[in-house]
Amino acid sequence: MMEILPLVLATVLTAATPLLIAALGEHVTERAGVLNLGVEGMMIVGAASAFAVAVLADSSVLGIVAGALAGLLLAAVFGVLVIYLAANQVATGLAMTILGLGLSGLIGQNFVGRPRAPIPPIEFPVLKEIPVLGKVLFTGDPVFYLSLILIAVVSYGLRATRFGLLLRAAGENHGSAHALGLPVRRLRFVAVLFGGLLAGLAGAYLSLIYTRFWSPGMSAGRGWIALALVVFAAGHVWRLVLGAYLFGGITVAQLHAQAGAIGLPSQLLSALPYLMTIAVLLLLSISGRRGSGAAGSLGQPFVPER
Amino acid sequence: MRHLLKLGALALATGLAVPALAQEKLKVGFIYVGPVGDFGWSYQHDVGRKAIEAAFPGKVETSFIENVPEADSERAIEQLARTGHKLIFTTSFGYMEPTLKVAKKYPGVKFEHATGFKRDKNLATYSAKFHEGRYVIGKIAGKMTKSNVIGYVGSVPIPEVISGINAFYLGAKSVNPNVKIKIAWVNEWFNPGKEGDAAKALMDQGADIITQHTDSPAPLQQAAARGNFAFGQASDMSKFAEKNILTSIIDNWAPYYVERTRAVLEGKWQSQDVFDGIAKGKVVMGPYVNMPDDVKKLAMETEEGIRTGKIDPFTCPVVAQDGKTVECQGGTKLSDGQVVGMNYFVQGIEGTVPK
Repeated sequence: MMEILPLVLATVLTAATPLLIAALGEHVTERAGVLNLGVEGMMIVGAASAFAVAVLADSSVLGIVAGALAGLLLAAVFGVLVIYLAANQVATGLAMTILGLGLSGLIGQNFVGRPRAPIPPIEFPVLKEIPVLGKVLFTGDPVFYLSLILIAVVSYGLRATRFGLLLRAAGENHGSAHALGLPVRRLRFVAVLFGGLLAGLAGAYLSLIYTRFWSPGMSAGRGWIALALVVFAAGHVWRLVLGAYLFGGITVAQLHAQAGAIGLPSQLLSALPYLMTIAVLLLLSISGRRGSGAAGSLGQPFVPER
Repeated sequence: MRHLLKLGALALATGLAVPALAQEKLKVGFIYVGPVGDFGWSYQHDVGRKAIEAAFPGKVETSFIENVPEADSERAIEQLARTGHKLIFTTSFGYMEPTLKVAKKYPGVKFEHATGFKRDKNLATYSAKFHEGRYVIGKIAGKMTKSNVIGYVGSVPIPEVISGINAFYLGAKSVNPNVKIKIAWVNEWFNPGKEGDAAKALMDQGADIITQHTDSPAPLQQAAARGNFAFGQASDMSKFAEKNILTSIIDNWAPYYVERTRAVLEGKWQSQDVFDGIAKGKVVMGPYVNMPDDVKKLAMETEEGIRTGKIDPFTCPVVAQDGKTVECQGGTKLSDGQVVGMNYFVQGIEGTVPK
């Protein structure tokens, strides 16, 4: 058991990282009061673009950058529609997901079935010798470490920087924020772009690190899971991180349970991560003090009066 | 045009029309469960579709809708029927009931459903004996494993997958009595990330050879990343792991699709059920590589034996997991019907068939 533990934990981390990155982005977007249901679309466009550029330029770094930028571009379209043209956020977000799925097929068309070499892990000497956790935490892939930095940036940025406070003010009550003279729409646009950037980065992780090939539809609903994690987090970054690793952990644990032939129906085991999510949400809402924890103006278009 | 169709496929959720074109040509439609770019199951069906276009230039026109969820397939199938397609192939087990329903509504259209067992006057079924290929790779795996544990990434527990697991195990067991297989079900046909995680979980639990009945190259790739051997599924996947692939089981639908299209063009199409494999070239083995010569020889002999009919994976007696001997309805082997409807593991496999 002890010798397989590091391997299992490493699998959990790679399974959770794309969810975590996309959810962090969406968390920021929602804090600013915008509900972006296009995460799945931005993720898959990021995956296709990252793979295409990585192959063409023969550079994984450029690929990752391109994936993130592709997510940002799609988010810019979304942002213009829902923020400046005050389009319905739910409908526009869904349209972005459908558009993204189609667009990614087009971008990746000539890259189907092309293999790509793995990105070498970053190894920390000395630290990686720590039993069990050393190997897991200190021989990871570059984007895993980036995701840890992003946790800190988002958590600190929203809580303790002036910009973070302004962003949250715009999300909590856009009328008041506007009355105070804050550029509500500009703040929201920046938040949407950040969300798209991270969704694209999560997509790049899928096609360049998690499974190293491009295939249409390979995001397989992970954008939606990221959205669910944001609800689960109820406004707290630590809960979001916990949720992502819990979800990844249960997904991997149930595969192990099956391989160990424990005799429970595999369909039930496959549904376990989702059942757990519902159970935790239920517990949170029973013990909750402040409702859902969502931003006050979430999902409402803001049109400044002139 | 192709892009247009792809977007049309996307819009299937909203029921948008695939544009109707020329009247003269025979229009042949395909419904795929995954993306044509999965490099596995749907990809191979699409190779067959292209073979139709190449075989009858100017006489046929083909179109496809990809990524069609099984639960929501009726609309997509009807879409093709309504837009003038006279021959429609629905290429996943889960399309069985929807295809049957649409076939009743459109008696003038010919339907072909892959891997199912419900037929009608205008609905034929066809399948391939993939379990023959799995018996061959089972023998290879039984010979090549050092840990005597083989990992099997399962998709959905339907008879085709169950019979594949059984044939694989019987093949492995016939050359290595100590072999064990561990199965992890993904419960999806296509989810590269999860398929890869399943392969990793199996290897964590001691498997040193991975085989799969899911559609993406992810399990193969993960096996290669740890220096283990694995097999390709549906298409020749060797370029994903040149040094770690042993062979691939290749689905070769093209000859069948061309033959059935010709039948419609000549007015000779009839409802039927076709179930053939290595002997008819519907199941093709990829090159045998990365293995010692004696294993390669064994694999080729097994393949040849299946081709000539001397070897059958389900030669009687077949003993089920519960210890009971299965009734031998096919003479010296299980009948095709028994294989198509297989819903039990054979003796020696651990774990239960998910219900």
